[in-house]
Amino acid sequence: MKRRDFIRSSVGAGVATGAALSLGGANSLLAAEAETDFDLVAIRGGEPEVMFDKGIAALGGMSRFVKPGQRVLVKPNIGWDRTPERAGNTNPKLVKRIIEHCLDAGAKEVLVFDHTCHEWTKCYKNSGIEQAVAEAGGKIVPGNSEKYYKKVDVKGGVKLKETDVHELMLDTDVFINVPVLKNHSSAKMTIAMKNLMGCVWDRGYYHKNDLHQCIADFLHFRKPDLNVVDAYRVMTQNGPVGVSLDDLVTMKSQLISTDIVAIDAAAAKFVGMDPSEINHIKIASEAGFGTMDLSKLKIKRIVV
Amino acid sequence: MKLSILKKIRVVLALFFFLLLTAVFIDFRGTFSEEFYEWAVSLQFVPALMKTITVAGVVAWGLITVLLLTLLFGRVYCSAICPLGIMQDVVSWFSRKVKKKHRYKFRKAWTITRYSILGILLLVVLFGGITLLTLLDPYSLFGRIASYLFKPIVVWVNNLGAAALSSADVYSILYQYDLTPVQLTVLGATMLFFILVIVMSFNRGRLYCNSICPVGTVLGFLSKYSLFKIELDHDTCTQCGKCMRVCKAECINIKQQTIDYSRCVACYNCIDTCPEDAAVYRISRKGKKDKAVEFKPVDMMVAKPLGPQMSKRSFLFTAGAGMAAVAGLASVKKVQAAASVQPDSTAHKSNGGKIPEDKNYAVSPPGSESIERFNDICTGCSLCVSACPSKVLQPSFLEYGLAGMLQPHMDFNAGLCNFDCTTCGEVCPTGAIKPLTMEQKHVTQIGKAHFIKANCIVETDGTDCGACSEHCPTKAVHMVPYGDLVIPEVTEDICVGCGACEHACPVTPHKAIYVDGNPVHLEAKKPETEKAKSDLKEDEFPF
Repeated sequence: MKRRDFIRSSVGAGVATGAALSLGGANSLLAAEAETDFDLVAIRGGEPEVMFDKGIAALGGMSRFVKPGQRVLVKPNIGWDRTPERAGNTNPKLVKRIIEHCLDAGAKEVLVFDHTCHEWTKCYKNSGIEQAVAEAGGKIVPGNSEKYYKKVDVKGGVKLKETDVHELMLDTDVFINVPVLKNHSSAKMTIAMKNLMGCVWDRGYYHKNDLHQCIADFLHFRKPDLNVVDAYRVMTQNGPVGVSLDDLVTMKSQLISTDIVAIDAAAAKFVGMDPSEINHIKIASEAGFGTMDLSKLKIKRIVV
Repeated sequence: MKLSILKKIRVVLALFFFLLLTAVFIDFRGTFSEEFYEWAVSLQFVPALMKTITVAGVVAWGLITVLLLTLLFGRVYCSAICPLGIMQDVVSWFSRKVKKKHRYKFRKAWTITRYSILGILLLVVLFGGITLLTLLDPYSLFGRIASYLFKPIVVWVNNLGAAALSSADVYSILYQYDLTPVQLTVLGATMLFFILVIVMSFNRGRLYCNSICPVGTVLGFLSKYSLFKIELDHDTCTQCGKCMRVCKAECINIKQQTIDYSRCVACYNCIDTCPEDAAVYRISRKGKKDKAVEFKPVDMMVAKPLGPQMSKRSFLFTAGAGMAAVAGLASVKKVQAAASVQPDSTAHKSNGGKIPEDKNYAVSPPGSESIERFNDICTGCSLCVSACPSKVLQPSFLEYGLAGMLQPHMDFNAGLCNFDCTTCGEVCPTGAIKPLTMEQKHVTQIGKAHFIKANCIVETDGTDCGACSEHCPTKAVHMVPYGDLVIPEVTEDICVGCGACEHACPVTPHKAIYVDGNPVHLEAKKPETEKAKSDLKEDEFPF
């Protein structure tokens, strides 16, 4: 309860600030509203939960995305049997804070799953995410068996025309995608778009049928309503599993955006890559799923 | 003291051990710790014996306990600890419920059969391989029955429950579990012995234990010298025969008022039943009076006219000898690689996978040190198969050749060996898989990855893939530029043979990357990585 109270009071403070500004007249009122209208929020220098508090506030708070009574799906990367220090999975502190914000915004329930690469119970446990979800009041859901997946059409997909998606993809109102930024031996980088591969059963199909095209094609089926990229500890080499702690750079960064192409492009820049080097970002941009050109975006930069 | 308490104690202990052993073999949820597994099987005779023989400096306390128990009280191992024995009691109990007039009577011992089987088994172990012990050890046999026959039923029921719950949006109690089906040959071999044991126990109680089981024979021999024995008190016994009719071992000779201690499994049914309290349990007073039923080695060797009993015996003798001969041939180590090919379920356009993998050796689990050593010790109880979180350990049939029949091997179609997992060595009760520290595990090379470029998606389809490198824990499999794309390359000396690459490779029917086993495990080099850096300052944004 204390944490929620904290969020409430900080959101309250934000509202108060907004109200104070609005007293200044119509112009400043417009300005206050416009201030939440960012395409991308980039935060640096804080703990994951602190950065998220600041970042989501800059976007107008979680209530912009989650309405009371809605069922929310939070999809982190829980792919590997790795502890949080190894940064193979999304930081559990971030996952926890996102769930708290969702529940605070009135979500009926917040569900979390991933189709893991390593044995799933070990991934859920050792990533710290199972515990984080429980502490935040969310619900962790298995994704380990084909029986949890349902066949869907991917209308408009070039290579991926149908696939089996987790049943939660079909009956949740809000979809929040929470990847961790990592180097990736097959996809070059794994960020927001690549993280959606954990929503399908047959990943081998992607690998066999033009990986990058399939990654982008999935967006025809469902685009996340919000993306949060964890770049607190960043695996800049030997990804996506990592050989040792030497593969990590502590960047203390986070990105938040509704535009999945923009967030991937911005995240790629954090590791010194040009977004166009990563094929699925290019394909998705050309298909009109978002904006790869960061110069065209309204970006809020926050240093904690 | 009312001695019928003995039967109650036996039943309670037996149920405890039966449920315990069944639980560790059918557990698919990873409920138990490695220590629990170790503890649960510590009193099993053959694994404890194997560990004592094979692991230098270790005398398994379970072995000493069982031997002491036997020398004190007779074959209590068989009645209260051995899961296969208890399973037969369950079947016998059931048969007495359905067959109204099911009664046991005294029958002659199958002495020649049981000592022949034991003798051949020992000869084969000394000169050929462990196959016969693998097939007949009651603990290992039960392990396979529980893992390969009982577990699928439990998982099926679990999945029905999980489906019902998840449709009600409840995910926390049960979850779906995809069981890796064992190969049909293994299933068949297990089923065959299961049916044999069921049929024998349904009709003749503990006949399997007293004719085929090598542990039964050994402990039976020792039981003849045990301190406490059941005896029929000649002064009070009225020879009513009630004890004989409940004796599952069929070893009470009511006419002579003697008991064949080599077959008595110390179930105490007789004591519980005797209306005169004439069946007593006491420090033996008879000394060597029981010669009538005692085993005489000389008798065994002397040819006797073949009666109907004998022909049955000689059949078993011949069968045993036949099996031994086959086992003696034992060292076909070449793997039938084609057998591991799975049918492709998803239609796809990939052109790859035409060249078969060239696997020379099966891959034995980390800690087994070498295929030869492993094949000499493992009795295929399947405890590691049950405990393996990644499901990569699967029972083999002829992957190792006959000498390694039913022993587990690393099946990379089923899973990959988790780099940070040492479970199999920690649970192995025989010492066939030695426990490794995490540091040792990280440099234990059980095989090496081999890349077939002509099968690779990058080559055949001209699109990126890299699934192999993605899963590689040491980056022995890494991606190098290949035109506009990247293609895998293998650095053998840091490869540990975990099979993550082979498991992840999506190419069918033949994989583009596979692990060939090291017949003798080697030490891999540690991967060297430079410290990752970023040019970005702490409060700087790259855009």
